[in-house]
Amino acid sequence: MASRIDQEQVQHVASLAKLSLNDDQLKYFTTQLDEIIGLFETLNEVDTEGIEPTSSVTDQINVMREDVADNWGQSQALLKNAPDAEKGYIKVPTIIDESED
Amino acid sequence: MNFKTTIGLEVHVELKTNSKIFSPSPVEYGDDPNANTNVIDWGYPGVLPTTNKGVVKSGIMAALALHAQVEPHTHFDRKNYFYPDNPKAYQITQSDKPIAHDGWIEIDVDGEKKRVGIAEMHIEEDAGKNTHARDFSYVDLNRQGTPLIEIVSKPEIASPDEAYAYLEALRQRIQFTGISDVKMEEGSMRVDVNISIRPEGQKEYGTKTELKNLNSFNYVRKGLAFEEQRQQRVLMSGGQIQQETRRFDENTGETILMRVKEGSDDYRYFPEPDLPAINISDDWVNEIGSEMPEMPGSRRARYVKELGLTDYDAMVVTQTKEMADFFDETVKLGADPKSASNYLQGDVNAFLNEQHADLQDTKLTPANLAGMINLITDGTISTKMAKKVFKAITQGKEPKAFVEEKGLIQLSDPAKLQPIIDGVLADNQQSIDDFNNGKDRAVGYLVGQIMKQTHGKANPKVVNQLLMASLKK
Repeated sequence: MASRIDQEQVQHVASLAKLSLNDDQLKYFTTQLDEIIGLFETLNEVDTEGIEPTSSVTDQINVMREDVADNWGQSQALLKNAPDAEKGYIKVPTIIDESED
Repeated sequence: MNFKTTIGLEVHVELKTNSKIFSPSPVEYGDDPNANTNVIDWGYPGVLPTTNKGVVKSGIMAALALHAQVEPHTHFDRKNYFYPDNPKAYQITQSDKPIAHDGWIEIDVDGEKKRVGIAEMHIEEDAGKNTHARDFSYVDLNRQGTPLIEIVSKPEIASPDEAYAYLEALRQRIQFTGISDVKMEEGSMRVDVNISIRPEGQKEYGTKTELKNLNSFNYVRKGLAFEEQRQQRVLMSGGQIQQETRRFDENTGETILMRVKEGSDDYRYFPEPDLPAINISDDWVNEIGSEMPEMPGSRRARYVKELGLTDYDAMVVTQTKEMADFFDETVKLGADPKSASNYLQGDVNAFLNEQHADLQDTKLTPANLAGMINLITDGTISTKMAKKVFKAITQGKEPKAFVEEKGLIQLSDPAKLQPIIDGVLADNQQSIDDFNNGKDRAVGYLVGQIMKQTHGKANPKVVNQLLMASLKK
């Protein structure tokens, strides 16, 4: 049935999002995502020949601030909100895989 | 079989702006963990980043320093991945319209000059830092949001030596713009490399491997040299290179397999919706260009042509911007350029090495170095006395005042020296006889006696002249 996306791809996307899906959920989301992609395929009917790809939908350009430092002094409050903290650090479960850079 | 080596380098340069790239938190090192963070740095829901104009300006400066084309319509992209030092679960970087592309730098390997192309340069945010204890890991987000420029070379580097020369040239040019400290040992310059080899005559590139843990230019060169050999051995014995990441071991000089790459990374880039695009006008680029510090190549040429330095001297004093600025300033204050260059390469460098300090962090000033050199040039002090004066100026003392205070004025007046010489000669008839019998050693002894009498203050040049004249009478 799934013609636009298969279960393997859904499984891949789920693992990228750190989600684990059981078999029922996998089937369910594959069908749902397939329908959503189908909906978006309507857009393919629009002729976009020669049109620059859009990277932003706002009309704003060059909204920048000057390079001035301002410490908002929020670190204590933020650390209080962290699940666990110690000596000013955020304390997390041991990180085993250092693979990302 | 002969092989051709292809090396690509990705260099991250940390910018020394006042504030972070997307939040006003200060960019400072060595503060308490998380002290320089706010809700934006932590990636709280509902916060909005705002681009720091200073970062875009630094990017343009780097582009100009590397002869790259500035992109008139640039924007940011989102790179998605999970890691505890990356609180938003994405990094704001640039993917399809980076700030600049198609640059080049000239490298020099054993006198052979070559241009290495730069594919693109983009601006992005750095991640936080993790430290690992036995049962837990600790996250410090102070570095999160520190601006970076990533500079990606074209695959035009053909040997480990060329890679080394490329890094040297790149570091130097960026250092002269003043946008970064570019220090590998402090992490303000980081290098990722990939290398592949292919049999001579083969068109397509070979499978490449990526090297990690290269913490100095030397390690980059060593790691690449090892990897070049390893890949050759694998291919010669009929094996195949697999796409993998390898770790350089500083103790053995070898590279060790970390992990095999399967498929390409899946970062799902898309245009960053929280940040408006940036248009960079020619006017802005020209304005920044007109304020750019003079680059090392142009300074070297000027020192050789206008100041008469040798190529070698010009190269050494342009190693860092601070050194070159110091030299310019010293010469401007009237110091003889050759002496200024000699002092910078000799005593000043030795002093900096001994102190493990950078020039700008010491009490040495161009005014005091120039003052000391001028005292030597006009004969007030000897180069030997200058050793003491140099020590004083490293402590921030004014040379002329120091010389007067310590009575370090060189005795150059013949009217004062002649009677002393006459006295020494009258006491040493034996030496005069020796001299007349062709024993040149006698002169050294007599000079020594005169120096002793004047407590080392006699101008050796004048003493020699007067002594020889007296002896030949």
